[in-house]
Amino acid sequence: MTSVISEIRKDYLYNLMLRGERGDGRSFDGYREISIQRGLIEKAEGSALVKLGKTQVLVGVKMQPGEPFADSPDRGVIITNAELVPLASPLFEPGPPNEVGIELARLVDRGVRESKSLDLKSLCIVPGEKVWIIFIDVHILDDCGNIMDASSIGAIAALLNTIVPAKKFGLGEDYPLEVKDVPIATTAMEFGGVILFDPDSDEEPIASTKMTVISTADGRICGMQKSGTGMLATDQVYRIVDIACERAREIREKFLEV
Amino acid sequence: MIFMEEKISFIKDGLRLDGRRPDELRPIKIEVGVLARADGSCYVEMGKNRVIAAVYGPREVHPRHLQEVTRAIVRYRYNMASFSVEERRRPGPDRRSYELSKVGREALEPVILTSYYPRSVIDVFVEILQADAGTRTAGINAASVALADAGIPMRGLISSCAAGKVGGEIVLDPMKEEDNFGDADMPIAMTPSGEITLLQMDGGLTIDEFHEAMELAKSGCRQIYEVQRKVLIERYSQLEGERGEQAEVTACD
Repeated sequence: MTSVISEIRKDYLYNLMLRGERGDGRSFDGYREISIQRGLIEKAEGSALVKLGKTQVLVGVKMQPGEPFADSPDRGVIITNAELVPLASPLFEPGPPNEVGIELARLVDRGVRESKSLDLKSLCIVPGEKVWIIFIDVHILDDCGNIMDASSIGAIAALLNTIVPAKKFGLGEDYPLEVKDVPIATTAMEFGGVILFDPDSDEEPIASTKMTVISTADGRICGMQKSGTGMLATDQVYRIVDIACERAREIREKFLEV
Repeated sequence: MIFMEEKISFIKDGLRLDGRRPDELRPIKIEVGVLARADGSCYVEMGKNRVIAAVYGPREVHPRHLQEVTRAIVRYRYNMASFSVEERRRPGPDRRSYELSKVGREALEPVILTSYYPRSVIDVFVEILQADAGTRTAGINAASVALADAGIPMRGLISSCAAGKVGGEIVLDPMKEEDNFGDADMPIAMTPSGEITLLQMDGGLTIDEFHEAMELAKSGCRQIYEVQRKVLIERYSQLEGERGEQAEVTACD
């Protein structure tokens, strides 16, 4: 049944695309409206509710002192998790994270880590013994497509309003967490030779290939991931990367200036 | 120990720590049909990486609810042996293994003609016996040959390798030291006609560096493809010979 519906939808969307249109009237590389509400969760050290069209993602940041990893005794620790709770979509099921959730969490993590937006050395309290552990927890509330980009925006927005809870742990006064870069993930899908950015939940199921590009404030790429069972020509990859960096810059300037 | 990047010079007189040129692959060895029970299998060495892949199927899907009416499903399991790395790792999948299993499957599935075998499963098992940077690409190379060995209909072989950035230079097929201390790592996989089926990147690259890394990684894939093709042809021309001899024996009787 679902496959019949998706065949009909595929036809409909394909015919639209031939006319250069999308279901909701956006351009092929246009994003849905974005809004970010910071500090929604007072119990968290930092939080952000991101709306990307109808997609809603809540990201909470918690911090606590803990032991460093043996191979990096003088560096703080980042732990990123994503919960695709069944409240967010008829397709999500309860239980431990599946590979989609794991991939999502690892990509959000890659953006924060590889952009060096956090200075892990400054999160060391006592070398070899105690460092700050930063938990970035991504909670998907409503999956109307492209939870990847919403999660990435949410993670960095939440970090940007994170207050290090030093007082609670007897480590001096609280202070804002220093964030050195603003990595933004932008995702495109390919269908019938057409590249669409920020796919919504009507478009996502017809894509066989998606590609996420994470870029930093100075226009460098700090992470990429192709996903899905299709393939991309090299020039398609290059085009996606060019547009992705451009869109990321716009989103950063509009919402997330440090 | 991991944070001593400034002290190492990765490239001296145009050669890397292991004596390779920046655009040179590590030695590669591929063997086909190394496991008796599997329908197809392959052993790959890329530098110090040692991986083995087995393919089972097309076979019945268990659990049944996973089966698809119009096509075969593909499952891909990337698993690291506990002794494959310096410090023993706990057996069983971690989050990294889940991700690599997903992208590995998605790297191969585009060329598998799954519609030929509805309601069935093609299982690909990749075991990393020894890891030295580039296990996912070595695993995909092995799996691709194992699929061909199992007689799974495919549009072409998938070849995979990484390009990275170390000491300011773009290099092909980074080894462990270059991966640990380098600035970027970008594994790709592609079809013989150059379509990209795997693309991951972490680290930092400008757009120009990215283009350079892409072209370099593609040239690596083309070289690996030639080896994969050669070993398959050798293996099967040999089998052809065996059958020929047998036929002669029967004729004598």
